[in-house]
Amino acid sequence: MNDKKPTTPRRDFLKTCATKIPQWLLVFSAFGPEQARAVDGESDYNPVEHNYAMGVDIHKCIGCGRCVDACKKENKVPEEPVYFRTWVERYVVPPEGEAHVDSPNGGRDGFPELPADREIFRTFFVPKLCNQCANPPCVQVCPVGATFVSRDGVVLVDDTYCVGCRYCIQACPYGARYLHPTKKVADKCTFCYHRIRRGLLPACVEACPTQARIFGEVGQQSSPLRRFLRFNDINVLKPALNTEPKVYYAGASREVR
Amino acid sequence: MKVKKIPQQLIPLAFLLALAVAALVIMRLVLLPETFGEYGHYRALAVDDVAALDIAYAGHQACAECHDDVYELKQQSNHRGVACEACHGPAAAHIEAPDEYAPEVPRNREHCTLCHGYNPTRPTGFPQIIPELHNPRQPCMTCHQPHHPELPHAPEECAACHRQIVNEKAVSHHASLSCTTCHDLPAEHLVDPVMVRALKPSTREKCGQCHASNADSAPEIPRIELATHGEGYLCWECHYPHQPEANR
Repeated sequence: MNDKKPTTPRRDFLKTCATKIPQWLLVFSAFGPEQARAVDGESDYNPVEHNYAMGVDIHKCIGCGRCVDACKKENKVPEEPVYFRTWVERYVVPPEGEAHVDSPNGGRDGFPELPADREIFRTFFVPKLCNQCANPPCVQVCPVGATFVSRDGVVLVDDTYCVGCRYCIQACPYGARYLHPTKKVADKCTFCYHRIRRGLLPACVEACPTQARIFGEVGQQSSPLRRFLRFNDINVLKPALNTEPKVYYAGASREVR
Repeated sequence: MKVKKIPQQLIPLAFLLALAVAALVIMRLVLLPETFGEYGHYRALAVDDVAALDIAYAGHQACAECHDDVYELKQQSNHRGVACEACHGPAAAHIEAPDEYAPEVPRNREHCTLCHGYNPTRPTGFPQIIPELHNPRQPCMTCHQPHHPELPHAPEECAACHRQIVNEKAVSHHASLSCTTCHDLPAEHLVDPVMVRALKPSTREKCGQCHASNADSAPEIPRIELATHGEGYLCWECHYPHQPEANR
Protein backbone atom coordinates (compact mmCIF):
# COMPACT_ATOMS: atom_id res chain seq x y z
CA MET A 1 0.00 0.00 0.00
CA ASN A 2 1.11 3.48 -0.79
CA ASP A 3 0.63 5.02 2.66
CA LYS A 4 3.05 2.50 4.17
CA LYS A 5 5.94 3.66 1.99
CA PRO A 6 8.64 5.30 4.11
CA THR A 7 8.75 9.13 3.79
CA THR A 8 12.37 9.53 4.79
CA PRO A 9 13.92 10.05 1.30
CA ARG A 10 11.84 13.22 0.71
CA ARG A 11 12.61 14.51 4.19
CA ASP A 12 16.28 13.77 3.63
CA PHE A 13 16.17 15.56 0.29
CA LEU A 14 14.65 18.66 1.83
CA LYS A 15 17.16 18.57 4.68
CA THR A 16 20.04 18.27 2.23
CA CYS A 17 18.68 21.19 0.21
CA ALA A 18 18.37 23.34 3.30
CA THR A 19 22.00 22.78 4.26
CA LYS A 20 23.72 22.53 0.88
CA ILE A 21 22.21 25.44 -1.10
CA PRO A 22 23.52 28.12 1.29
CA GLN A 23 26.89 26.39 1.15
CA TRP A 24 26.94 26.54 -2.65
CA LEU A 25 25.98 30.17 -2.52
CA LEU A 26 28.91 30.86 -0.24
CA VAL A 27 31.31 28.93 -2.45
CA PHE A 28 30.19 30.73 -5.63
CA SER A 29 30.46 34.17 -4.07
CA ALA A 30 33.90 33.41 -2.63
CA PHE A 31 35.34 32.45 -6.04
CA GLY A 32 34.07 35.50 -7.92
CA PRO A 33 36.63 37.50 -9.93
CA GLU A 34 38.71 39.86 -7.87
CA GLN A 35 39.95 43.11 -9.36
CA ALA A 36 41.96 46.07 -8.16
CA ARG A 37 39.68 49.03 -7.46
CA ALA A 38 41.71 52.14 -6.94
CA VAL A 39 42.91 54.44 -9.72
CA ASP A 40 46.57 55.25 -9.12
CA GLY A 41 47.25 58.10 -6.78
CA GLU A 42 43.85 58.65 -5.24
CA SER A 43 42.71 56.09 -2.73
CA ASP A 44 40.83 58.58 -0.54
CA TYR A 45 38.46 59.68 -3.31
CA ASN A 46 34.88 59.58 -2.14
CA PRO A 47 32.46 59.84 -5.08
CA VAL A 48 29.43 60.81 -3.03
CA GLU A 49 31.16 64.04 -2.01
CA HIS A 50 31.22 65.22 -5.63
CA ASN A 51 28.55 66.24 -8.11
CA TYR A 52 30.10 67.46 -11.33
CA ALA A 53 28.51 70.00 -13.65
CA MET A 54 29.44 72.36 -16.47
CA GLY A 55 28.52 75.88 -17.44
CA VAL A 56 28.49 77.09 -21.06
CA ASP A 57 28.60 80.83 -21.72
CA ILE A 58 27.18 81.39 -25.18
CA HIS A 59 28.25 85.06 -25.12
CA LYS A 60 31.89 83.97 -24.91
CA CYS A 61 31.99 81.20 -27.51
CA ILE A 62 33.94 82.25 -30.61
CA GLY A 63 33.31 79.03 -32.55
CA CYS A 64 36.99 78.17 -32.94
CA GLY A 65 36.29 74.44 -32.46
CA ARG A 66 39.27 73.86 -30.15
CA CYS A 67 36.97 72.00 -27.75
CA VAL A 68 35.84 69.62 -30.48
CA ASP A 69 39.44 69.03 -31.53
CA ALA A 70 40.63 68.47 -27.96
CA CYS A 71 37.74 66.13 -27.19
CA LYS A 72 38.43 63.99 -30.25
CA LYS A 73 42.12 63.72 -29.41
CA GLU A 74 41.65 63.14 -25.68
CA ASN A 75 38.92 60.53 -25.97
CA LYS A 76 39.99 58.91 -29.26
CA VAL A 77 36.64 59.74 -30.81
CA PRO A 78 36.55 58.36 -34.39
CA GLU A 79 37.79 60.92 -36.93
CA GLU A 80 34.80 60.63 -39.28
CA PRO A 81 32.84 63.89 -39.21
CA VAL A 82 29.69 62.21 -37.87
CA TYR A 83 30.98 61.10 -34.47
CA PHE A 84 31.23 63.70 -31.71
CA ARG A 85 31.18 63.75 -27.95
CA THR A 86 31.01 67.54 -28.13
CA TRP A 87 30.34 69.83 -31.07
CA VAL A 88 29.63 73.50 -31.77
CA GLU A 89 26.50 74.69 -33.57
CA ARG A 90 26.16 77.98 -35.39
CA TYR A 91 22.74 79.58 -35.07
CA VAL A 92 21.77 82.24 -37.61
CA VAL A 93 18.45 83.84 -36.79
CA PRO A 94 16.97 85.69 -39.80
CA PRO A 95 14.77 88.80 -39.36
CA GLU A 96 11.78 86.53 -39.89
CA GLY A 97 11.31 82.78 -39.77
CA GLU A 98 13.17 79.80 -38.41
CA ALA A 99 16.76 79.90 -37.20
CA HIS A 100 19.32 78.23 -39.48
CA VAL A 101 21.61 75.85 -37.59
CA ASP A 102 24.75 74.24 -38.96
CA SER A 103 27.79 72.46 -37.58
CA PRO A 104 30.22 71.44 -40.35
CA ASN A 105 32.52 68.76 -38.93
CA GLY A 106 31.21 69.74 -35.52
CA GLY A 107 32.87 73.13 -35.91
CA ARG A 108 36.28 71.51 -35.60
CA ASP A 109 37.73 73.31 -38.65
CA GLY A 110 35.95 76.58 -37.99
CA PHE A 111 32.88 77.77 -39.85
CA PRO A 112 32.69 78.64 -43.56
CA GLU A 113 31.47 82.04 -44.62
CA LEU A 114 27.72 82.44 -44.67
CA PRO A 115 26.09 82.81 -48.09
CA ALA A 116 25.96 86.52 -48.96
CA ASP A 117 22.18 86.46 -49.36
CA ARG A 118 21.55 85.11 -45.87
CA GLU A 119 20.05 87.87 -43.75
CA ILE A 120 21.33 87.99 -40.19
CA PHE A 121 19.17 89.29 -37.39
CA ARG A 122 21.11 87.57 -34.65
CA THR A 123 23.80 84.93 -34.72
CA PHE A 124 25.73 83.01 -32.07
CA PHE A 125 27.57 79.75 -31.38
CA VAL A 126 26.25 77.04 -29.08
CA PRO A 127 28.64 74.36 -27.83
CA LYS A 128 26.80 71.10 -27.22
CA LEU A 129 27.69 67.96 -25.28
CA CYS A 130 26.07 65.33 -23.11
CA ASN A 131 23.97 67.20 -20.55
CA GLN A 132 24.82 64.65 -17.83
CA CYS A 133 21.16 64.62 -16.80
CA ALA A 134 20.31 63.85 -13.20
CA ASN A 135 17.26 62.06 -14.60
CA PRO A 136 18.64 60.56 -17.82
CA PRO A 137 16.32 58.89 -20.34
CA CYS A 138 19.27 56.97 -21.82
CA VAL A 139 19.83 55.18 -18.52
CA GLN A 140 16.15 54.38 -18.14
CA VAL A 141 15.99 52.57 -21.47
CA CYS A 142 19.23 50.58 -21.25
CA PRO A 143 18.13 46.95 -21.11
CA VAL A 144 21.36 45.59 -19.63
CA GLY A 145 22.51 48.19 -17.12
CA ALA A 146 25.46 49.23 -19.29
CA THR A 147 24.88 52.95 -18.86
CA PHE A 148 24.32 54.55 -15.49
CA VAL A 149 24.71 57.65 -13.37
CA SER A 150 27.84 57.29 -11.29
CA ARG A 151 27.73 58.32 -7.66
CA ASP A 152 29.59 61.55 -8.54
CA GLY A 153 26.87 62.50 -11.00
CA VAL A 154 28.36 61.58 -14.38
CA VAL A 155 26.52 59.41 -16.92
CA LEU A 156 28.97 56.71 -17.99
CA VAL A 157 28.92 53.73 -20.37
CA ASP A 158 30.25 50.29 -19.42
CA ASP A 159 32.09 49.26 -22.59
CA THR A 160 32.27 45.62 -21.60
CA TYR A 161 28.58 45.37 -20.82
CA CYS A 162 26.96 47.37 -23.63
CA VAL A 163 25.31 45.15 -26.23
CA GLY A 164 25.09 47.90 -28.85
CA CYS A 165 21.30 47.89 -29.10
CA ARG A 166 21.19 51.70 -29.68
CA TYR A 167 18.14 52.28 -27.46
CA CYS A 168 20.02 54.95 -25.51
CA ILE A 169 21.00 56.74 -28.74
CA GLN A 170 17.33 56.93 -29.67
CA ALA A 171 16.32 57.97 -26.18
CA CYS A 172 18.75 60.87 -25.77
CA PRO A 173 16.82 64.07 -26.54
CA TYR A 174 20.07 65.97 -27.10
CA GLY A 175 21.63 63.68 -29.70
CA ALA A 176 24.67 63.33 -27.49
CA ARG A 177 25.31 59.62 -28.11
CA TYR A 178 26.62 57.64 -31.06
CA LEU A 179 27.49 54.03 -31.75
CA HIS A 180 31.25 53.62 -31.80
CA PRO A 181 32.02 52.27 -35.31
CA THR A 182 34.73 49.80 -34.26
CA LYS A 183 33.88 48.99 -30.65
CA LYS A 184 30.17 48.65 -31.55
CA VAL A 185 29.12 50.09 -28.21
CA ALA A 186 27.37 53.32 -27.31
CA ASP A 187 29.77 56.19 -26.67
CA LYS A 188 29.29 59.63 -25.19
CA CYS A 189 30.84 62.51 -23.27
CA THR A 190 32.00 61.47 -19.80
CA PHE A 191 33.03 64.98 -18.65
CA CYS A 192 36.48 63.39 -19.27
CA TYR A 193 35.88 61.26 -16.19
CA HIS A 194 39.43 59.88 -16.35
CA ARG A 195 40.76 63.45 -16.16
CA ILE A 196 38.53 64.84 -13.44
CA ARG A 197 39.34 61.88 -11.19
CA ARG A 198 43.00 62.92 -11.56
CA GLY A 199 42.18 66.53 -10.65
CA LEU A 200 42.45 67.80 -14.24
CA LEU A 201 39.87 69.75 -16.22
CA PRO A 202 37.91 68.08 -19.03
CA ALA A 203 39.85 68.43 -22.29
CA CYS A 204 37.29 70.81 -23.85
CA VAL A 205 37.44 73.12 -20.84
CA GLU A 206 41.25 73.02 -20.86
CA ALA A 207 41.35 73.89 -24.56
CA CYS A 208 38.69 76.61 -24.60
CA PRO A 209 40.57 79.88 -25.19
CA THR A 210 37.78 82.18 -24.01
CA GLN A 211 36.55 80.34 -20.90
CA ALA A 212 33.18 79.79 -22.53
CA ARG A 213 33.10 76.44 -20.74
CA ILE A 214 33.25 76.41 -16.97
CA PHE A 215 33.70 73.13 -15.13
CA GLY A 216 33.00 72.54 -11.48
CA GLU A 217 30.81 70.93 -8.89
CA VAL A 218 27.26 71.75 -7.92
CA GLY A 219 27.20 73.10 -4.39
CA GLN A 220 30.91 73.81 -4.21
CA GLN A 221 31.50 77.28 -2.75
CA SER A 222 33.84 79.89 -4.26
CA SER A 223 34.37 78.19 -7.62
CA PRO A 224 34.19 79.56 -11.16
CA LEU A 225 31.03 77.54 -11.73
CA ARG A 226 29.40 79.04 -8.65
CA ARG A 227 30.17 82.53 -9.86
CA PHE A 228 28.91 81.65 -13.33
CA LEU A 229 25.62 80.34 -11.92
CA ARG A 230 25.28 83.36 -9.68
CA PHE A 231 25.85 86.14 -12.17
CA ASN A 232 24.11 84.77 -15.24
CA ASP A 233 20.58 83.96 -16.25
CA ILE A 234 20.82 80.19 -16.49
CA ASN A 235 18.92 77.94 -18.86
CA VAL A 236 19.09 74.24 -19.51
CA LEU A 237 18.22 72.62 -22.82
CA LYS A 238 14.69 71.21 -23.22
CA PRO A 239 13.67 71.79 -19.59
CA ALA A 240 10.14 70.53 -20.33
CA LEU A 241 11.47 66.98 -20.61
CA ASN A 242 12.40 66.94 -16.90
CA THR A 243 15.75 65.39 -17.63
CA GLU A 244 17.37 67.78 -15.12
CA PRO A 245 20.49 68.53 -17.16
CA LYS A 246 23.70 69.46 -15.40
CA VAL A 247 25.09 71.46 -18.30
CA TYR A 248 23.97 75.02 -17.60
CA TYR A 249 23.73 77.56 -20.40
CA ALA A 250 24.04 81.32 -20.09
CA GLY A 251 22.62 83.27 -23.01
CA ALA A 252 20.72 80.40 -24.59
CA SER A 253 17.76 82.11 -26.22
CA ARG A 254 14.55 80.33 -27.14
CA GLU A 255 15.89 79.17 -30.52
CA VAL A 256 18.42 76.93 -28.79
CA ARG A 257 17.22 73.43 -28.10
CA MET B 1 -9.87 14.88 8.00
CA LYS B 2 -8.99 13.89 4.51
CA VAL B 3 -6.00 15.62 2.97
CA LYS B 4 -6.62 16.27 -0.69
CA LYS B 5 -4.09 14.51 -2.81
CA ILE B 6 -1.87 16.62 -5.08
CA PRO B 7 -2.93 15.90 -8.65
CA GLN B 8 -0.51 13.60 -10.38
CA GLN B 9 0.18 15.94 -13.33
CA LEU B 10 1.38 18.77 -11.05
CA ILE B 11 4.28 16.82 -9.60
CA PRO B 12 6.55 16.91 -12.69
CA LEU B 13 5.56 20.55 -13.26
CA ALA B 14 6.54 21.47 -9.72
CA PHE B 15 9.82 19.68 -10.23
CA LEU B 16 10.46 21.61 -13.44
CA LEU B 17 9.63 24.89 -11.71
CA ALA B 18 12.07 24.12 -8.92
CA LEU B 19 14.70 23.27 -11.50
CA ALA B 20 14.11 26.57 -13.37
CA VAL B 21 14.37 28.57 -10.17
CA ALA B 22 17.58 26.79 -9.24
CA ALA B 23 18.99 27.40 -12.73
CA LEU B 24 18.10 31.08 -12.48
CA VAL B 25 19.79 31.43 -9.11
CA ILE B 26 22.92 29.66 -10.28
CA MET B 27 23.08 31.63 -13.55
CA ARG B 28 22.74 34.91 -11.68
CA LEU B 29 25.57 33.88 -9.42
CA VAL B 30 27.84 32.78 -12.24
CA LEU B 31 27.05 35.29 -15.00
CA LEU B 32 26.49 38.54 -13.11
CA PRO B 33 29.73 40.43 -12.54
CA GLU B 34 30.70 40.56 -8.91
CA THR B 35 30.16 44.25 -8.41
CA PHE B 36 26.90 44.48 -10.35
CA GLY B 37 24.27 46.15 -8.20
CA GLU B 38 26.70 47.39 -5.60
CA TYR B 39 25.63 51.03 -6.06
CA GLY B 40 22.82 50.64 -8.59
CA HIS B 41 21.79 48.69 -11.66
CA TYR B 42 25.30 48.63 -13.10
CA ARG B 43 28.73 47.09 -12.65
CA ALA B 44 30.45 49.21 -10.02
CA LEU B 45 33.91 48.42 -11.41
CA ALA B 46 32.97 50.04 -14.74
CA VAL B 47 33.49 53.42 -13.04
CA ASP B 48 37.10 52.48 -12.31
CA ASP B 49 37.55 51.19 -15.85
CA VAL B 50 36.60 54.62 -17.22
CA ALA B 51 38.66 56.44 -14.59
CA ALA B 52 41.75 54.41 -15.47
CA LEU B 53 41.89 55.55 -19.13
CA ASP B 54 45.03 57.38 -20.25
CA ILE B 55 45.09 61.14 -20.63
CA ALA B 56 46.31 62.94 -23.74
CA TYR B 57 46.15 66.56 -22.57
CA ALA B 58 48.49 67.15 -19.64
CA GLY B 59 46.96 70.42 -18.43
CA HIS B 60 48.59 73.86 -18.34
CA GLN B 61 50.02 73.38 -14.82
CA ALA B 62 52.21 70.56 -16.13
CA CYS B 63 53.58 72.78 -18.95
CA ALA B 64 54.33 75.60 -16.51
CA GLU B 65 56.58 73.35 -14.44
CA CYS B 66 59.35 73.36 -17.07
CA HIS B 67 58.37 76.25 -19.36
CA ASP B 68 57.77 78.72 -16.55
CA ASP B 69 59.33 81.63 -18.49
CA VAL B 70 56.93 81.26 -21.41
CA TYR B 71 54.05 80.63 -19.05
CA GLU B 72 54.77 83.78 -17.03
CA LEU B 73 55.03 85.85 -20.20
CA LYS B 74 51.71 84.50 -21.43
CA GLN B 75 50.01 85.14 -18.09
CA GLN B 76 50.83 88.85 -18.43
CA SER B 77 49.13 89.08 -21.80
CA ASN B 78 45.69 88.89 -23.36
CA HIS B 79 46.33 85.20 -24.01
CA ARG B 80 46.39 84.48 -20.27
CA GLY B 81 43.21 82.43 -20.57
CA VAL B 82 44.47 80.40 -23.52
CA ALA B 83 45.91 77.11 -22.26
CA CYS B 84 49.20 75.96 -23.82
CA GLU B 85 47.59 72.89 -25.36
CA ALA B 86 44.86 74.94 -27.04
CA CYS B 87 47.46 75.80 -29.70
CA HIS B 88 50.18 73.20 -29.16
CA GLY B 89 47.89 70.16 -29.00
CA PRO B 90 47.93 67.27 -26.55
CA ALA B 91 51.21 67.12 -24.63
CA ALA B 92 50.91 64.31 -22.10
CA ALA B 93 53.26 62.23 -24.30
CA HIS B 94 55.76 65.12 -24.20
CA ILE B 95 55.62 65.16 -20.39
CA GLU B 96 56.35 61.42 -20.35
CA ALA B 97 59.20 61.59 -22.85
CA PRO B 98 60.26 65.21 -23.47
CA ASP B 99 62.98 64.31 -25.98
CA GLU B 100 61.09 61.74 -27.99
CA TYR B 101 57.84 63.57 -28.51
CA ALA B 102 57.55 67.29 -29.27
CA PRO B 103 54.15 68.99 -29.29
CA GLU B 104 53.07 70.69 -32.48
CA VAL B 105 53.99 74.33 -33.11
CA PRO B 106 51.40 75.82 -35.47
CA ARG B 107 52.94 78.63 -37.51
CA ASN B 108 50.46 79.02 -40.35
CA ARG B 109 47.93 81.84 -40.59
CA GLU B 110 45.06 79.36 -40.75
CA HIS B 111 45.67 78.35 -37.16
CA CYS B 112 45.46 81.91 -35.79
CA THR B 113 42.41 82.73 -37.89
CA LEU B 114 40.53 79.82 -36.29
CA CYS B 115 39.94 82.35 -33.50
CA HIS B 116 40.88 85.71 -35.03
CA GLY B 117 39.49 85.44 -38.56
CA TYR B 118 36.41 87.59 -39.05
CA ASN B 119 33.16 85.72 -38.51
CA PRO B 120 29.92 87.62 -37.96
CA THR B 121 28.76 85.00 -35.44
CA ARG B 122 31.63 85.77 -33.07
CA PRO B 123 30.83 88.01 -30.09
CA THR B 124 31.20 91.74 -30.71
CA GLY B 125 34.53 93.09 -29.52
CA PHE B 126 36.49 89.87 -29.99
CA PRO B 127 39.63 90.86 -31.95
CA GLN B 128 39.19 89.71 -35.54
CA ILE B 129 40.85 90.46 -38.86
CA ILE B 130 39.85 89.72 -42.43
CA PRO B 131 42.76 87.49 -43.48
CA GLU B 132 42.55 88.54 -47.15
CA LEU B 133 42.98 92.21 -46.24
CA HIS B 134 45.23 92.08 -43.17
CA ASN B 135 48.86 91.71 -44.41
CA PRO B 136 47.95 88.83 -46.73
CA ARG B 137 50.20 85.77 -46.75
CA GLN B 138 52.47 86.99 -43.97
CA PRO B 139 52.78 84.60 -41.05
CA CYS B 140 51.09 86.18 -38.02
CA MET B 141 54.23 85.64 -35.95
CA THR B 142 56.20 88.16 -38.06
CA CYS B 143 54.41 90.93 -36.17
CA HIS B 144 52.58 89.25 -33.26
CA GLN B 145 54.27 87.21 -30.54
CA PRO B 146 51.64 84.56 -29.66
CA HIS B 147 52.80 84.25 -26.06
CA HIS B 148 52.42 88.00 -25.61
CA PRO B 149 50.12 89.10 -28.42
CA GLU B 150 50.08 92.82 -27.71
CA LEU B 151 49.86 94.97 -30.82
CA PRO B 152 53.25 95.52 -32.48
CA HIS B 153 52.44 99.21 -33.00
CA ALA B 154 49.39 101.39 -32.51
CA PRO B 155 47.06 100.84 -35.48
CA GLU B 156 47.01 103.78 -37.88
CA GLU B 157 43.39 103.37 -38.83
CA CYS B 158 40.29 101.88 -37.25
CA ALA B 159 39.95 99.42 -40.14
CA ALA B 160 42.98 97.45 -38.95
CA CYS B 161 40.74 95.86 -36.33
CA HIS B 162 37.22 96.98 -37.26
CA ARG B 163 37.38 96.23 -40.97
CA GLN B 164 33.92 94.75 -41.20
CA ILE B 165 32.29 97.84 -39.69
CA VAL B 166 34.34 100.14 -41.91
CA ASN B 167 33.27 98.09 -44.96
CA GLU B 168 29.62 98.25 -43.95
CA LYS B 169 29.77 101.97 -43.35
CA ALA B 170 31.56 102.56 -46.67
CA VAL B 171 28.47 101.55 -48.66
CA SER B 172 25.98 103.29 -46.36
CA HIS B 173 24.71 106.88 -46.22
CA HIS B 174 27.26 107.48 -43.48
CA ALA B 175 30.18 106.71 -45.84
CA SER B 176 31.63 110.21 -45.68
CA LEU B 177 31.77 110.34 -41.88
CA SER B 178 34.95 109.37 -40.11
CA CYS B 179 34.73 107.05 -37.09
CA THR B 180 35.69 109.81 -34.69
CA THR B 181 32.80 112.01 -35.86
CA CYS B 182 30.59 109.90 -33.60
CA HIS B 183 33.00 107.94 -31.36
CA ASP B 184 35.13 109.55 -28.68
CA LEU B 185 38.44 107.74 -28.92
CA PRO B 186 40.60 107.57 -25.76
CA ALA B 187 44.27 107.33 -26.74
CA GLU B 188 44.67 104.23 -24.57
CA HIS B 189 42.23 102.33 -26.76
CA LEU B 190 44.94 102.07 -29.42
CA VAL B 191 47.30 100.44 -26.91
CA ASP B 192 44.93 98.40 -24.75
CA PRO B 193 41.78 97.89 -26.83
CA VAL B 194 40.27 95.30 -24.49
CA MET B 195 40.33 97.33 -21.29
CA VAL B 196 39.78 100.81 -22.76
CA ARG B 197 36.87 100.99 -25.18
CA ALA B 198 35.98 103.63 -27.74
CA LEU B 199 32.81 105.36 -26.66
CA LYS B 200 29.44 105.41 -28.32
CA PRO B 201 27.61 108.78 -28.34
CA SER B 202 26.12 109.40 -24.91
CA THR B 203 23.68 112.14 -25.94
CA ARG B 204 20.88 112.46 -28.51
CA GLU B 205 22.29 115.82 -29.50
CA LYS B 206 25.29 114.13 -31.11
CA CYS B 207 23.07 112.69 -33.84
CA GLY B 208 20.87 115.76 -33.63
CA GLN B 209 23.73 117.88 -35.02
CA CYS B 210 22.72 116.56 -38.44
CA HIS B 211 19.30 114.94 -37.95
CA ALA B 212 17.42 117.45 -35.73
CA SER B 213 14.70 119.43 -37.51
CA ASN B 214 16.54 122.70 -36.89
CA ALA B 215 20.07 121.40 -37.59
CA ASP B 216 22.34 123.32 -39.89
CA SER B 217 23.05 120.47 -42.34
CA ALA B 218 22.43 119.40 -45.93
CA PRO B 219 18.73 119.48 -46.88
CA GLU B 220 18.56 115.82 -48.06
CA ILE B 221 19.46 114.47 -44.60
CA PRO B 222 16.44 112.85 -42.88
CA ARG B 223 15.13 114.99 -40.02
CA ILE B 224 13.34 114.21 -36.79
CA GLU B 225 11.89 116.29 -33.97
CA LEU B 226 14.55 115.67 -31.34
CA ALA B 227 12.24 116.57 -28.45
CA THR B 228 9.49 114.07 -29.31
CA HIS B 229 11.04 111.31 -31.51
CA GLY B 230 11.95 108.21 -29.48
CA GLU B 231 12.10 110.16 -26.26
CA GLY B 232 14.08 108.51 -23.48
CA TYR B 233 16.31 106.48 -25.79
CA LEU B 234 19.69 107.20 -27.26
CA CYS B 235 19.53 107.15 -31.06
CA TRP B 236 21.71 104.03 -31.43
CA GLU B 237 19.48 102.10 -29.06
CA CYS B 238 17.05 101.77 -32.02
CA HIS B 239 19.09 102.65 -35.13
CA TYR B 240 22.28 100.97 -36.30
CA PRO B 241 24.37 103.92 -37.55
CA HIS B 242 26.93 101.84 -39.52
CA GLN B 243 24.14 100.61 -41.74
CA PRO B 244 21.32 103.18 -41.43
CA GLU B 245 18.06 101.55 -42.50
CA ALA B 246 17.25 104.55 -44.74
CA ASN B 247 19.75 102.97 -47.14
CA ARG B 248 17.54 99.96 -47.85
